Amino acid sequence: MNFPILSVITFLPFAAGMLILMMPANRKNETRAVALATAVIDLLLSAWVYLQYLLNDMQGYQFVEKYQWLNIPPLNIALHFGVDGMSAPLVLLTGIVMFTGVLISWGNDDPHIMAGIQDRPREFFAFLFLLAGGVFGVFVSLNLFMLFFFYEIAVFPMYLLIAIWGWVKTREYAAMKLTLYLFIGSVVSLVGVLVMYWTQYQNTGVLSFDMLEMENAGFSATFQNIWFLPVFLGFAVLGGIWPFHNWSPDGHVAAPTAVSMFHAGVLMKLGAFAALRVGVMLLPQGAQHWSWLIMTFAGVAVVYGAYIAFVQTDLKYMIGFSSVSHMGLVMLGISTLNATGLTGAGVQMFSHGVMTALFFAITGMIYDRSHTRMIPELGGMAKIMPFAAIGFIIGGLVSMGMPGFSGFIAEFPIFMGVWGEQWLVAVIASISIVITAAYIMINIRKVFFAPLPENLEGHVGDITVLDKVAITTLCLFMVVIGLFPSVMVPMVQTGVENIMRLLGGA
Amino acid sequence: MFTTTTFASILPEILILTIGLLVLILEPFWKDEQKRSAGWLTAGGLLVAMIVSLLFGRPGEPVAVLGGMIRFDWLGFFLKMLFMFAAAATALLLMDHEQAGKRGEAYVMLLASLIGMNLMASSADLVMLYLSIETASIPLYVLAGFLLGDERSTEAGFKYFLFGAMASTVMLYGFSLLFGFSGTTDLYSIAATLTSGSISPLLAFGVVTLVLVGLGFKVSAVPFHFWAPDVYQGAPTPVAGYLSTASKAAGFAVILRLFFIAFPEFTGMWTMVLAVLSAVSMTVGNLLALPQTNIKRLLAYSSISHAGYAMIGAVAFSQFGAASVVFYLAAYIATNLLAFGLVMAFSRVTGLEEITDYAGLSRRNPLLGLMMLAAFLSLAGMPPFGGFVAKVFVFAAGVQANYTWLVIVGIINSIIGVYYYLNVLKYVYLYRLPNQDEENHPVPLTQPYMIALVILVVGVIVVGTVFAPFFNWSDAGALNLF
Repeated sequence: MNFPILSVITFLPFAAGMLILMMPANRKNETRAVALATAVIDLLLSAWVYLQYLLNDMQGYQFVEKYQWLNIPPLNIALHFGVDGMSAPLVLLTGIVMFTGVLISWGNDDPHIMAGIQDRPREFFAFLFLLAGGVFGVFVSLNLFMLFFFYEIAVFPMYLLIAIWGWVKTREYAAMKLTLYLFIGSVVSLVGVLVMYWTQYQNTGVLSFDMLEMENAGFSATFQNIWFLPVFLGFAVLGGIWPFHNWSPDGHVAAPTAVSMFHAGVLMKLGAFAALRVGVMLLPQGAQHWSWLIMTFAGVAVVYGAYIAFVQTDLKYMIGFSSVSHMGLVMLGISTLNATGLTGAGVQMFSHGVMTALFFAITGMIYDRSHTRMIPELGGMAKIMPFAAIGFIIGGLVSMGMPGFSGFIAEFPIFMGVWGEQWLVAVIASISIVITAAYIMINIRKVFFAPLPENLEGHVGDITVLDKVAITTLCLFMVVIGLFPSVMVPMVQTGVENIMRLLGGA
Repeated sequence: MFTTTTFASILPEILILTIGLLVLILEPFWKDEQKRSAGWLTAGGLLVAMIVSLLFGRPGEPVAVLGGMIRFDWLGFFLKMLFMFAAAATALLLMDHEQAGKRGEAYVMLLASLIGMNLMASSADLVMLYLSIETASIPLYVLAGFLLGDERSTEAGFKYFLFGAMASTVMLYGFSLLFGFSGTTDLYSIAATLTSGSISPLLAFGVVTLVLVGLGFKVSAVPFHFWAPDVYQGAPTPVAGYLSTASKAAGFAVILRLFFIAFPEFTGMWTMVLAVLSAVSMTVGNLLALPQTNIKRLLAYSSISHAGYAMIGAVAFSQFGAASVVFYLAAYIATNLLAFGLVMAFSRVTGLEEITDYAGLSRRNPLLGLMMLAAFLSLAGMPPFGGFVAKVFVFAAGVQANYTWLVIVGIINSIIGVYYYLNVLKYVYLYRLPNQDEENHPVPLTQPYMIALVILVVGVIVVGTVFAPFFNWSDAGALNLF
């Protein structure tokens, strides 16, 4: 028996959350230290998983652990963990966002700077870790029931995190909207999953929620065509697919910084990943039948999201809608159902996760110090916080898909893949690149290089060391992958091969 | 005649009776301020009774004992353990109730109704069934109206009594027709004589409906739910919690045994009736919960809708379906007792019961806030709490039995549920007291509350994460129905 590393990664945040809840409320710094220690351990472990997968032969599912949880016919539920080329980068991504999220939320006792979490950090970190544990659980679960279990765990802490620590003006509305949207999506998928479970039993006599077994369930074409849409779209709601994206920008804006990072950086990937794992991989024929619809939705999301982002005057709304646009690219990649497009989607999930976490982190830093996020009221930040400016520019370049950064490595194959299926969609979707470049550059100029408004002069300070560590970490990954695609692309390709095998067998 | 098996089959009831007598004998000798110790005695005694029953009273193969009056099997046994657990928690919660906690009668009534519920879970004969239902109900009528000086409580007791008497009369009429058609009162023989050839479907439908009036009242399913909100609001809070959990679960025990055993011939018909009841209960319960401002009324309507969810498993009419109902009851008993216990703990200190009064609770007592979180998220069906797994299991049973439409109704209802449960949590966590001076208004917990609530929270989480043993027991029980 090897070291159960995936279980440790998944359950460590839960355990740490419990521990944090038991600490006295006035020990704020000790609470933060425990949180940071947990995040560092999880980051190191997930990086280790990633590197091991990369350095070994990159075949199939690795680090597999299986514990029978409940085996009383007609139920068969096992705690079955494992990572493949698709999920290993996402596990790493979660580790990164968790680490930087804790750094950003550190908080201080200086009443002039509202940075980080001052109010009840104990509860904040506990709920954040509950969320993180759920996210890890979804990425590593190979059992459909457990995937669902962790998926729901990842959804409800969002309500509390946004409602309690969010932006006062919209937090109640946004938190409730987000929770209801996601809950509706997940229960719609749940019905599909239950139907799949019993149909598998009728077809093959196998009772198991194990996804590796469900791949061979022999679902009929009609069955797949009926149930693909509920299952795929139910999960894709969390991926922010148009026209069910409405909750997402509101949620981003209302959430506190670290939660925005988690939300856009990781949670939306959760939706796309689950839609891919359950929808496309278990119902491949249904996916082929409906790929035109997914492609249409995704194409609209890409262009529409970019355009709405262009007209925003609130920095956080701008990033929120750019997330819709970029997640649209992920969905577009998935909808191609060819190896090129899927590889692009896989890399884009990682790239966008890191990039958008960076954007939200820097936006949070600016807002904490200047108390405004309205782009016309900002300016001159490059002089005050040069480090943040560099980070934002790097993020912007990734967002635009510049060569040399991870965004290019991700977007290029997506457009290639789409071109192979439907050139018109590729042409229309590529409009978004221009719009994205426009709003990113305009906003960099306004926020960072325009003259500093008078009312901000004098009382806006530089960012802290912890903030700089977070920015550096995030930038590092985007640049490394941009310069050395071989550290990620071949790995994602092995995951894609697995999907192609299922699609080809249909 | 009176063998070891016979003794073992009613061992829990014998022990409960002993505890009740002990309370009656000892209580008059205690000083006034000691009288709440009757709660310690009751809860501790029930704990011992559970352990003793688990050690010496476990059933083997299902057997009929006491002249066929009692069926000694796992279904009854597991449910009995659940009821005793619920009663023990209720006794702890009663202890610091201002008016009821120092009166030994309250605990004796609780134990008397517990005996009735235990027998409901195991009776195999119509006569025994009716007697046990009445034994369970009459003490509860008294308990609901226990606060003599309180108009609401008196109203609750009287209302509950009138509705209950009415429903049980109608059910008794159904029982007598059943006896008339089949010539026997033994549930296990009824099935043999009551075949589709011997009785017209219309008559069978009539009998099923009459019986369902009584049982629907017990589980507070729509349209027999009218008593629930008023009674829950007026009755002492721990009693309301007990009514909404153990009493409801006992009703489900009877539904399972009666319908699964006595009417297999008419499955298509009664599952349809139950399916409609289930859909209506979920929908009406949830929709009426939305505008509630009083937390006890909110919980009352939510408990109506939970009766609907649990019924999905019974509609499925399969071993898995029955197991999922029993599992649902286990999760629901822990969850709802926790919710009512928290309401009790809060109103004992503040005397308030409106949802808006909960503003700032998470700052006034962070532990209480967290426990509210666990209780309401479990009611909403979120993991890692018991409510999630329980809901997935009943939905799975529904889908397996091709009742997908009912599952979809259930799922739409869980969405509505999430909204109003989160609304309560919004007050607990988000809103603050008008002066934002929560530290000056703490909500301390006394020792019995601490013990009861912590045990319940642990129970809710354990049922939701390590669900295998609980499902195993539920399944062993369900096996006895087939």
